[in-house]
Amino acid sequence: MRSVWANVRKIEGLPIAAVLVTLYGIFMITSPEVFMGHRIYMSFLQTVPPMLVLALGLTLVITAGEIDLSFPAVVAFSGLLYAWIFLHTGSPLLGLVAALAGGALVGFVNGILIAKIGVPSIMATLAAQFFWAGLTVLLAGGKSWNLTGIENERLHTLLVGRLFGSLAVPAQAFWALGVAVVCWFILNRHKFGEAIMFVGDNPNVARVMGINVERTKIKLFTLNGLLGGFAAVLLTTEMNTFWTTQGEGYMLAVMAAVFIGGTSIAGGKGLVVGTFFGAYIIGSLEAGVVATGIGGYWTQLVTGLVMAASVVLNIVIGDGRLAAVADRVRHWSTLTQEN
Amino acid sequence: MTEDAANRFSIDAPASRGGEVGTSGCALRMVDIQKRFGLVRALRDVNLEVGTNEIVGLLGDNGAGKSTIVKILTGVYPASAGELYVADRQVNFRSYDVQTAHRYGIETVYQDKSLGDKQVLWRNFFVGREITNRFGFIDVKKEREIASEIMVNTIGFRGEGITVDSTVSDLSGGERQGVAIGRAMHFDAQLIILDEPTVALSLKEVRKVLDFVHKIKDAGKACVYISHDLTDVYEIADRFVILDRGEVVASIAKSAVRKSELGDFMLDYAHGRKDAPR
Repeated sequence: MRSVWANVRKIEGLPIAAVLVTLYGIFMITSPEVFMGHRIYMSFLQTVPPMLVLALGLTLVITAGEIDLSFPAVVAFSGLLYAWIFLHTGSPLLGLVAALAGGALVGFVNGILIAKIGVPSIMATLAAQFFWAGLTVLLAGGKSWNLTGIENERLHTLLVGRLFGSLAVPAQAFWALGVAVVCWFILNRHKFGEAIMFVGDNPNVARVMGINVERTKIKLFTLNGLLGGFAAVLLTTEMNTFWTTQGEGYMLAVMAAVFIGGTSIAGGKGLVVGTFFGAYIIGSLEAGVVATGIGGYWTQLVTGLVMAASVVLNIVIGDGRLAAVADRVRHWSTLTQEN
Repeated sequence: MTEDAANRFSIDAPASRGGEVGTSGCALRMVDIQKRFGLVRALRDVNLEVGTNEIVGLLGDNGAGKSTIVKILTGVYPASAGELYVADRQVNFRSYDVQTAHRYGIETVYQDKSLGDKQVLWRNFFVGREITNRFGFIDVKKEREIASEIMVNTIGFRGEGITVDSTVSDLSGGERQGVAIGRAMHFDAQLIILDEPTVALSLKEVRKVLDFVHKIKDAGKACVYISHDLTDVYEIADRFVILDRGEVVASIAKSAVRKSELGDFMLDYAHGRKDAPR
């Protein structure tokens, strides 16, 4: 029994997956007409991927003990580059390259400020958020642009097409899943990921063990910028539109996804699988609450409850405490039988 | 201790016991090493030799320059002047860093910054020099096997409950130092530097650490044991080097001094009674 529990608790992201399943279970009871069909899930697979890609990058950043508040601006700025290049050259592929490069540039500048100059990441990236969002508004003249004709491009089909015939699974769900798999392997199986964990755990230890702390941080912020650029492309292509405030709704949602996934704000430990499910929880809540019929005003309150429940569950179940909980439950049940 | 007694102890004498200095040179030789931080002279003309299987206790009060020496030896920062030889190879300070020090066979066990608390043991064994394929992906199976081998055979962790998948925060202070010492021995260190490894440990845990240090000696390796606590050092070291305000003031073979005499000698420095020119 004990060894079963010991193995169960080793499954990464299990508590948060349970929260997601429970949540869908509740929604299936409260609004079966919506949640028993497949269309609502296809809609989640369409809307969640940009947020998920952002959350995966942020997971790595938070694991390193840092924070990045500039990703909403990257979604806007990279979206601008993507849209502008497409509208002026007709090539979405060039636009994609520009968006990724632009995001990486923003991240690289963040990394230099943080690692080389020593600006705390919360301040450097907050400044970056204002700067790049402001630059985007300036360059776009505050307007939004329609990407007319992009739906006929092969890249459009590749990135956000609908797969499996009448099921119409959005392709971006697979791109985001792919990014999640890559991020998991980077963090858990690559020496760059090990450097991220040790830097977040204790930068002095990392340094005396020969890890280049500064270079690790610069690479990390650059990677996060790059992922922000990719999220921008997924979003802009799906919507066929670029608008200057397209990143703004993501700030708190993305952070919520990371934290309810079980990644510790203290750094040193990151759960990519947890972030994956966390993003789907956050992305499903509003639709679920609205479909339940209790009204959209409840969304925030329910989000807060789910966040609190997830974090508590992660603390109780994570790090070997599941065995202790199981012991306690067994103890209680034994007492009941004796009585 | 009297002035006569103090004079008995030669300064910078290559007094080494248990080593093979005569036949195969030194594990470490520092010649006129200086370190300045701006106007502050942290080290002045430090000369220090460590034989190939010698354990040197480096003693000194706070601020004597012990940790400055450690940081120069381990490549955290270079010396301002002087020469450093590791296993009779001269170190070029311009290209000397932590990785190079590892390649030279210098391993360091710190008081508190040797291990990542939230990481599993097998990661701690290989961090900074992972076994990877050419794309940088870690061979987890191999790292775990070797880590397990080190734990059982090198440091003798046969106790229940601690495996390569344990997190460092689950270990006691002494066990942590054991892991760090085992790691150092695995990477074929010729010289292991222990920087105050027993500070903040209970007596029982100190005992464990000292037992690990005996294994370093048994394995034929050299060791610099840094401390300001005589009790640990006296048991372990073959020779004592005493540092005061950036200078080596004495080098004393263990056979030439009793523990109480050594204590008096150090107290004299702590009270500033040795300020007169030698």
